[in-house]
Amino acid sequence: MANILVNVPKTAKRGDVIEIKALIMHPMETGFRPGPNGRIIPRNIIERFTATWNDTEIFTLEMSPAISANPFVSFFAVATESGKIRLRWTGDQGFAVEEQAAIAVE
Amino acid sequence: MTGLRLGIVLAAVFVASFALAQGGGEKRRSGYQDMGAALQQMQDDDTANPGMLFVQQGAKLWEQRVGAAGKACADCHDAAGASMKGVAARYPAIPHGADKPVDLEGRINLCRVDSQKAAPLPPESQDMLALLAFVSRQSRGLPIAPPDDPRLAAWREQGAEIYARRQGQLNLSCAICHDDNAGKKLAGVTIPQAHPTGYPIYRLEWQGLGSLRRRLRNCLIGIRAEPYPAGAPEYVSLELYLMERAKGMTMEAPGVRP
Repeated sequence: MANILVNVPKTAKRGDVIEIKALIMHPMETGFRPGPNGRIIPRNIIERFTATWNDTEIFTLEMSPAISANPFVSFFAVATESGKIRLRWTGDQGFAVEEQAAIAVE
Repeated sequence: MTGLRLGIVLAAVFVASFALAQGGGEKRRSGYQDMGAALQQMQDDDTANPGMLFVQQGAKLWEQRVGAAGKACADCHDAAGASMKGVAARYPAIPHGADKPVDLEGRINLCRVDSQKAAPLPPESQDMLALLAFVSRQSRGLPIAPPDDPRLAAWREQGAEIYARRQGQLNLSCAICHDDNAGKKLAGVTIPQAHPTGYPIYRLEWQGLGSLRRRLRNCLIGIRAEPYPAGAPEYVSLELYLMERAKGMTMEAPGVRP
């Protein structure tokens, strides 16, 4: 299981702009570095990060080998309805993890 | 009535000047104070500080049963929030029944070998760093308080001697940078006073968590000296001296450093 830290406010007023922050443990191996044996370490990065709010996509990010290890993502969204925010990271070597947070909008 | 009021005012003045004297008297600075505001915020926010990912992993390892004894850390020590409070602020120390000091890494491996009957974790491995971060996190905000053990004096002295000794092709000692020239620039970087307040630290340059040993090795390579072999007692001596030097400063583990 991947280590993930997510920061989503538990409650918000309708129309508020909220910040969603997510940090994940991942090596983001570029695929350009030689290992101790002189061979290239195969690329292992997160390719895509998506966030959905009650199954509607609100944010996507395509990542590249230039992004450092343990990537931190922060973005803003307008609070419209209560529900679940799902965050999903997918990448090389079959990497796919998901984390969710509930938010109550008044 | 006026007498009472005057008394209160005088008391307030006394408290204020005392606080000022306390603040003004402290010439020691944590590396945290020399970082930019963005990095300070990153360290302070538990969901932005990448060191917290390792703390999270360490919390899982704390509960995990390992070794022939089938024990987890939690089986002996219960909740780390109470039992591990202040431990990282105290180490290195001499464990019961031993005659040599060990640092926190060494202490964790003693537990693994003696109590859990498991293989020791390789130094600076991911699991070791995670446990180190988790245990150290329980001391955040506490003052560094090295133990009052007279047996440690000889080791501290050795640490102080290494700290002041010129070595390497550049013929520098720790003291030349971190005492004599601290606060000045080395290329674009402010030279810190080398107080081990935030270890293990998440260093952006490393893109990972590193222990104080890694930092010491890094410095030794920087002055083009040959680093001591892994597990050498010199590291513990240096750590002992550095902790004594930073006595009373606030623990901030896991720190973030550029």
